[in-house]
Amino acid sequence: MLAYCLKRAFFSLITVLIVITVVFLLMRLMPEEGYFGDGYDKLLPEQREAILRSMGLLDPWHVQLKNFYIALSKGDLGTSIIYRPKVPVAEIIGPKIPYSLRFGLVAIGLSLATGLWMGVVQAREKGRLADKLGTGYVVFINAVPAAVYLLFIQLYVTQFTGLPILFHRDYPISWLLPAASMSLGGIAGYAMWMRRFMVDELNRDYIKLARAKGMPSTAVMVKHVMRNAFVPMAQYLPTSLLMTIAGSIYIESLYSIPGMGGLLVDAIQRQDNPLVQALVLIYAVIGIFGLFLGDILMAIFDPRIKLEKREGSR
Amino acid sequence: MSTKLERQASLFTFAEYDAQAAERAGYSSYSYWGSTVRLFLRNKTAVALLIIMTVLLTFTVIQPYLPGQKSPLKIHTSPETGIQLRNVQPSPEFWFGTNSIGQDLWARIWSGTRTSLFIGLFVGLWTVVIGIIMGAIWGYVRQLDRLMTELYNVISNIPTTITLTLLAYILRPSVSTMIISMCATSWWTMARFVRNQVVIIRDREYNLASRCLGTPTQRIISRNLLPYLVSVIVLRLALAIPMAIGWEVFLTYIGLGLPLSIPSLGNLVNEGRQIMMAPILRYQLIIPAAVLSIITISFYVMGNAFSDASDPRNHV
Repeated sequence: MLAYCLKRAFFSLITVLIVITVVFLLMRLMPEEGYFGDGYDKLLPEQREAILRSMGLLDPWHVQLKNFYIALSKGDLGTSIIYRPKVPVAEIIGPKIPYSLRFGLVAIGLSLATGLWMGVVQAREKGRLADKLGTGYVVFINAVPAAVYLLFIQLYVTQFTGLPILFHRDYPISWLLPAASMSLGGIAGYAMWMRRFMVDELNRDYIKLARAKGMPSTAVMVKHVMRNAFVPMAQYLPTSLLMTIAGSIYIESLYSIPGMGGLLVDAIQRQDNPLVQALVLIYAVIGIFGLFLGDILMAIFDPRIKLEKREGSR
Repeated sequence: MSTKLERQASLFTFAEYDAQAAERAGYSSYSYWGSTVRLFLRNKTAVALLIIMTVLLTFTVIQPYLPGQKSPLKIHTSPETGIQLRNVQPSPEFWFGTNSIGQDLWARIWSGTRTSLFIGLFVGLWTVVIGIIMGAIWGYVRQLDRLMTELYNVISNIPTTITLTLLAYILRPSVSTMIISMCATSWWTMARFVRNQVVIIRDREYNLASRCLGTPTQRIISRNLLPYLVSVIVLRLALAIPMAIGWEVFLTYIGLGLPLSIPSLGNLVNEGRQIMMAPILRYQLIIPAAVLSIITISFYVMGNAFSDASDPRNHV
């Protein structure tokens, strides 16, 4: 087990290093305007060159890469240029994480509770009205781009219920709609998965045996089905938990929540290269770390996974 | 002699083909595509959507050649005053109204549908073709397996949204860069799936038996391997369209979309979003969003229905 964890951690680390290097080198291909801010047109070519040189951007790429890694090891993610000139990226991101985190955790809680419940109901009512309604919801959420339906929810739900259309941290009620809309996708995902899992699982022999020996159906559900259902979920839960730090790109900018997701949109629209670079790296590292945790959890929870002795690939 | 033969021939009559009788005798009239089509046609919603989509697609293609159609880029002005006809409500002249600078929304929507569907179909075909080729190589060439798997692990670890955003950010917006960045990210899942199937099915007992009996490889692939892949191939192809449209909307939303001179469903919705606070102008948001949703939902439902129908495990 320990050997597996170490090996997996090692590969994750290598992945992170590759990603950092590739992202850094790709960002060097960007046009140099992204390093100047508003005054680009007013500068003489010599001045531009002097600024680029002072930022170390005219060095050969391997020197830049080396400097970047040295700075990273000191926790320096770079400095914003346009979004908030000369402010270190870490300082910009810091106060934004709590917002994204809080919204994200509420949304995950909501989507887990509602989605799993919906899936169970659908499986129990298979083929009947409740199941069809649920499937319709899942199809709608999966097929229609989130940017479209979230927009309409913001537009019409605020109109009919009188909820505030934008987020404001002093009005607790303005938390409601963003958190609810953030959970819609998760609800669809969990419901669809839970339904399929239940339908498959309820026909299995061990369930039939449990029923036959007179186990009450609630106990069958809790002790057998739900427990087995948790195994594959363990793989994805850490990623979704960690991704809450990154925030929801759409919802944060729709409701102007001062979180991380909205920041990425702002940074891209204003072409603030160092900020985009830092954010992309953070998202990527979170994703990689989440999958790492997921694999470890999966290994802990699923006794069927034997890691040390690998069977030859079939 | 000949009369004897004739007499004998008159004793025999041609039998009509009887499926039930054939089955009793142990002959199976099973045809893969026949069963697939039959199962698909049983799904009434999917068939209805298929008809709607066929009509809509045909219309999108021929729309510019129909008489009386306006250009999607022409800014219409009033003949008397020369003022732009901004935000005209839907009327007999402008069926879907005009946008905030006086362009005909009807023409823009069909032009945008063409752009979005083109992107979707291209990305879908690319995903399927490259995915199958790379997946087959990945599965068959054992030396490559390790390298490809490690590469896949790196790439699949990074959220697609981020890869896509980064590529689009670096490449600058246009139809081709949008297609390139989607194509670069989309084929990996398909290739991985094909690889797994190839590895699993290749050495199954029935395939070994087939090979021992001297069945040519071509026949093994077409009869034993491909039916397992068809359902997923079709599903990927069908889902690539809603996916590509969704990504296009996403990229447009974060400011990496196509310029307004190339209408697409993404930038039409985005245009409508900017003026949605005025209830009277909401038709500019609702109409493109409705067209977009009909297309994405139809492809999603049809893809799933066809995928279920073409899965040989559902054939009885």
